[in-house]
Amino acid sequence: MKKACVFIFLLFFLAASIAAGILTGGTPIAPEMIFDALIHPGGQGTMHTLLWELRLPRILMAALVGAALAQSGVIFQAILRNPLAEPYTLGVSGGGALGATISIMCGISGIPMVLFCFAGCIISISLVLGVASVKNFTNSMLILTGVIMSFLFSSIVMFIFAVATSRDVYASVLWFMGSLAAPDSGSIRIMLFLVAPLMLILWGFAKDLNVLSLGDEKTYHLGIDAKKAKTALLIAASLIAGACVAAAGVIGFIGLMIPHLMRKAVGADHHWLLPSSMLAGAGFLIICDSLSQTLIRPLELPVGVITGMAGGVFFLLYLIRVKPTEVM
Amino acid sequence: MPLLSVENLSTGYEKDPIVSDVSFTIPSGCLFGILGPNGAGKTTLFKALSRVLKPWEGRICYQEKDISILGRREFARQVSVVPQFHGVLPPYTVEEFVRLGRYPHLRRFAALQDDDCRIVAETLALLDIARYAAKKITTLSGGEMQRVYLAQALVQKPRLLLMDEPTSHLDITHQIKILDLVNSLSEKQGLTVAIILHDLNLASAYCDQITLMKDGKIFAKGTPAEVLTGEHIEEVYGTRVYIRNDPVVSKPHIFFIPGQFS
Repeated sequence: MKKACVFIFLLFFLAASIAAGILTGGTPIAPEMIFDALIHPGGQGTMHTLLWELRLPRILMAALVGAALAQSGVIFQAILRNPLAEPYTLGVSGGGALGATISIMCGISGIPMVLFCFAGCIISISLVLGVASVKNFTNSMLILTGVIMSFLFSSIVMFIFAVATSRDVYASVLWFMGSLAAPDSGSIRIMLFLVAPLMLILWGFAKDLNVLSLGDEKTYHLGIDAKKAKTALLIAASLIAGACVAAAGVIGFIGLMIPHLMRKAVGADHHWLLPSSMLAGAGFLIICDSLSQTLIRPLELPVGVITGMAGGVFFLLYLIRVKPTEVM
Repeated sequence: MPLLSVENLSTGYEKDPIVSDVSFTIPSGCLFGILGPNGAGKTTLFKALSRVLKPWEGRICYQEKDISILGRREFARQVSVVPQFHGVLPPYTVEEFVRLGRYPHLRRFAALQDDDCRIVAETLALLDIARYAAKKITTLSGGEMQRVYLAQALVQKPRLLLMDEPTSHLDITHQIKILDLVNSLSEKQGLTVAIILHDLNLASAYCDQITLMKDGKIFAKGTPAEVLTGEHIEEVYGTRVYIRNDPVVSKPHIFFIPGQFS
């Protein structure tokens, strides 16, 4: 009952955040003009372009990225049974950052850069899984390898920075902080037609995640080949996180924080935890993105700065207040 | 026909075998005790029986079929495990946690059916844990958690239950409650139970058959009276004991001799 209430609340939260996203942005506009453009989707003019080609795609992108990062975080935490686990701790972001840095240094942009970055994520997670497979995919091995890879990749990025021009370094640093501004239609299509269906399929594995969260041995006892299931789900979760990093840069904290908050709100059962986290992640990122556009108007803050600051403070307060038995 | 038979099994973790050339059979409906000092390979043996570890040599047969050719889910509908160490667990409620035991019976993407819920409710009642079904497992005491684990293993509706030291960390009442329950399931429902125990007297009182392990090998097997002799225990554990017949259950009772190591 409590879970259903939380779920309904999250639906309202998402709706409210979408409304806020439509009504606010880099340029202040009167609500009635926005409303007018909204109910006439076939119309023309600046207002129409602004709503249908800037704000709505941006909201869609924020929702998909937020949901995907949160879901990926839930999956990583369930499988690795570690409260610190999230796609970034396993090196997904490190590889993506290296891919993006290299493409900026080589003057590659647009879709090729997205692909480059995605390739970085995939190479990184493949290395982590490859190394961890030597030790039977134990959780500590996976986490340690992930942390090592992250350090390794960020050192390579630092090395590139040391020999690069300051303009390229600035462009890379801006990218690291994440941005949902002006998503190109290619990224949106990838998120909508590849990542979103994969997220729905992963939702269908809630039962298996419940079993995996009990540890490798119990997973075998309940009739799942833990090694195979862990590999498959980690790859899937890394793919969606990698797509997010490629499309929107390194937007931190969502994959770590949202699963913890939702576990407190709806409990550890992944049938509830997965959809709740997706809704909360989507709403949270839409709101952070609105804030990033409005806080220091006309300038725009990188959205990763907002998620990091707002999320960091909020999460810290939560951790101080929560009972130790309720953190995993 | 034995329910489970182990033939010349050797297995371990890295290179050295922990269990070597072990053979025994567990008859259907039997309460089968596995004893031995720390490091004798009891838990490793269980890992092979529950398919967490693969046999290096030899084979394990369930109803005369090699378990490695059975589907994992099919196997989990026949054999369930109450493990020894519990580690960190997510904050599931007791009911959510117990329901996970139905996993091997569910079809892909299917939710729990009425039958599954009925089995869960019956098991919660049977183990007297229904009253804290909504409590988080992370807040339970050792004795409560042990019963919750047993409940999860029982809703799997196994024919063979493997229990790894289910009575350690429990006070005497809880120890006897767990063993009485398992014993009655064995007698009334024909459940076969293989149980690792450290307490020789509990093993003597409850088990139909006992296998005594030492250094990864089987040292002795048979009825409690045949296995639990003073010479066997001194040889395996390195401790001198004397044995009298327990007048209540007429099984051997082991008395330890204090002061022998001082």
